[in-house]
Amino acid sequence: MLAELGLITLILAFAAAVYAAAASAYGGQQKRHDLVASARNATLIAFPLLTVSVVILVYSLVAMDFSLVYVADVASRAMSTFLRVTALWGGQAGSVLFWGWLMSGFVALVVLRIHEEERELMPYVIAVAMGTTAFFIGLSLFVTNPFERFWHLPGATELTTSLWQPAGAMRYVLDDGQGLNPLLRHFGMIGHPPTTYIGFTGFVIPYAFAMAALITGKASEDGWIRATRRWTLVAWLFLSIGLILGGRWAYDVLGWGGFWGWDPVENAMLMPWLTGTAFLHSVMIQEKRGMLKVWNMVLIILTYALVLFGTFITRTGVISSVHAFAQSAMGPAFFAFIGITFLGSLGLLFQHLKSLKADHEMQGFLSRESAFLFQNMLFLSITFAVFWGTVFPMISELLTGEKITVGPPFFQKVTGPLFAALVLLMGIAPFFSWRRQSPRRLGREILWPFLLSLVGSGLWVYARREHPASFFALWVVSFVVAAILYEFWKGVRARMRGQHENPLLALVRLVGRNSRRYGGYLVHLGVMMIALGFIGDAYFQQETQGTVAVGEQLTIGDYTLRYDDLRQYAGSDGREVLEATATLFKDGEFVEVLRPRRDFFLVQRQPVTIPGVHSRMAEDVYVLLVGWEEIGLTAATFKIYVNPLINWAWLGGFVLTFGTLLALWPSGGAAWASYAFKPRESRLAVGLGD
Amino acid sequence: MVRKVLITAIIVAASLIAVSVGYAQGGGGDFPTDNDVNEIAKKLYCPVCPNTPLDVCETQACQDWRAQIKDQLAAGWTEEQILDYFVTQYGERVLAEPERKGFTSLVWLLPVVAALLGTAVVWRVLRGWRARRLEIEEEAPAPPPPIPSEVVSQIEDELRDLR
Repeated sequence: MLAELGLITLILAFAAAVYAAAASAYGGQQKRHDLVASARNATLIAFPLLTVSVVILVYSLVAMDFSLVYVADVASRAMSTFLRVTALWGGQAGSVLFWGWLMSGFVALVVLRIHEEERELMPYVIAVAMGTTAFFIGLSLFVTNPFERFWHLPGATELTTSLWQPAGAMRYVLDDGQGLNPLLRHFGMIGHPPTTYIGFTGFVIPYAFAMAALITGKASEDGWIRATRRWTLVAWLFLSIGLILGGRWAYDVLGWGGFWGWDPVENAMLMPWLTGTAFLHSVMIQEKRGMLKVWNMVLIILTYALVLFGTFITRTGVISSVHAFAQSAMGPAFFAFIGITFLGSLGLLFQHLKSLKADHEMQGFLSRESAFLFQNMLFLSITFAVFWGTVFPMISELLTGEKITVGPPFFQKVTGPLFAALVLLMGIAPFFSWRRQSPRRLGREILWPFLLSLVGSGLWVYARREHPASFFALWVVSFVVAAILYEFWKGVRARMRGQHENPLLALVRLVGRNSRRYGGYLVHLGVMMIALGFIGDAYFQQETQGTVAVGEQLTIGDYTLRYDDLRQYAGSDGREVLEATATLFKDGEFVEVLRPRRDFFLVQRQPVTIPGVHSRMAEDVYVLLVGWEEIGLTAATFKIYVNPLINWAWLGGFVLTFGTLLALWPSGGAAWASYAFKPRESRLAVGLGD
Repeated sequence: MVRKVLITAIIVAASLIAVSVGYAQGGGGDFPTDNDVNEIAKKLYCPVCPNTPLDVCETQACQDWRAQIKDQLAAGWTEEQILDYFVTQYGERVLAEPERKGFTSLVWLLPVVAALLGTAVVWRVLRGWRARRLEIEEEAPAPPPPIPSEVVSQIEDELRDLR
């Protein structure tokens, strides 16, 4: 009966969301603050209602209520409690509910915050954000409901699934469920999906504010940007963490020795990250110089549309085959929603185009403004290339009937040069000043980082002289890192001279007083470390494969791997495990015993290859068990990858997170004081100007 | 002095790029090993699984295809012949890198066109901005005495450092 309660709260949450959207839009237009206040309350109640639904679904998963179709799809008796909890987002119905819940949480937080300066925007912020939330709750309610049950009709050979009891039907409880897809049965399940979802849903806040600013005619002021800077950064941070954790997870379970495969699902996540990053940078121009107002609107609309598009292609599987579109009931509804959102927002923008006049004019070709313009162009070009490569198989199949594959070589070749240009710009742009910059001074500024980078990459090139293709990439990264460190050094030196501080204190105060700027530089540093990981993967990865008998060895670079033993046993979670023992030597010295495995999930009839990894900052040795002699287990086939620099990518993720948190840090005043459960009436009344 | 150092440095950087571009791959042996097979399988996608490169695909079918590549290599086929064989058998979708001909060439062409177009637009916008600025300056009444741009940017930079 618990599931029925969850269904009821889901229905109520849907009603509350629809009401909130409608009442606040109408109230805002009619300047009726009582309606807006009531919409605010409906927004605040939708979240706890959805929370009840989510908690009930999690409880049903943990308690293994196999009368529910969703539970039987994603949970099984063999799964641990931990995995059963994470199964909330392991399938379509659960993840859509989870999505709606997160989004309503974001919106509730926003209305709890007192937006003293942006109170005129709030009615429309609520309307837009709750309208979107209502769509997702509606999907969960009408299209892919997690509370559907199995029913048995008298005389029928197959089970019926339905929310309500069909006439004459008996409730049917399965003995056991299918359980999660084996690839999802991993610790990473707790990290990557929720962070990604938080990142995705968080972008609704800047989007809703942007739309509200357009509707109220306030888009020319930068209030909406200042109000949403932190929200955007939070969403961006979670999306970044989600991307990194996704890469780490792929590295750990997918067994191809890499962490980024340019798969449509990965691309779907990367695209909003790219435009979101462009947006984060581009709004600075509007804040400081009152320029690019239309452009920033376009960027946030695009980012949000790509968030929806990303969810659409991951949840409907439309990219791997066009036919999945019709199979999933979500497809058409979702597609229509994306179209309406995207075209509607652009329409709104065009309507208000005239009001978005720039406050200042551009001063010189060499200026921070023009650097930002080029940076935007590069981000967008990369996004387009990724988008085009991702959807092209579908277009090709639709137009010519020929299915084609657009694999990693395409993306590497097309986006590689653009990324290199972008990274180079990342190194130079901080040296550009606003308005205009004299070329001679710029030359003097970048001289030191430039020389330093030549020395640094020169040493590196000497150590790695067998890989000339990597020289340019390494130089670019060295240059940017040197440029960032030089910025820190300049700031510290100025404080040491001016305030007579010791270097450490100067650094702490410098970063503390300019947390936004230096947090940003740290993020850049983190991105460069991630770039190192990509360079290692692109240029220095080595692999070898071979079949060896017990006691024999395989050699790769300085390493040798001796095959010792192979054993077979029944593992937990309904899997049959085949585990090899192999000893790794470097230059003849013992390094580590590795145990690469092949887990075969009996119910799903699906193998999962788990690598044995020897991991160091310089390089990983990544060993896969890819084959074996069935009889006697005397011979086995191993695939060995040596992945240099890969750990820098994960470390870069931490630096990026730390830098973003620094940039987010409130500069003075308790952050919590700006939230209030009940707004004062006068505020709303004044805000609506009656 | 500064200029000389800069020029030298640019020449060094340019030669690095030149070396990168000029780099070409070699290799090849007589007896086909697993590595030789993977080298080719990497350029192919499993014809039946969703988005899985052939060199890492786990299914029995893919193992058979890899065995087939090995046989073909042993029989003296070149890489190109093997790739062609797979395309005729299973269609263009087995190629990891889309072809550069026919309708498929659009996948390569459009991103390049878009990037060029983007650059052109940015260029025009910058020029437009500058033109308008010059107009405004002409209209403006007696401008204040000019401060050398070096001094301005130096002040700006020092302000930036203090902030």
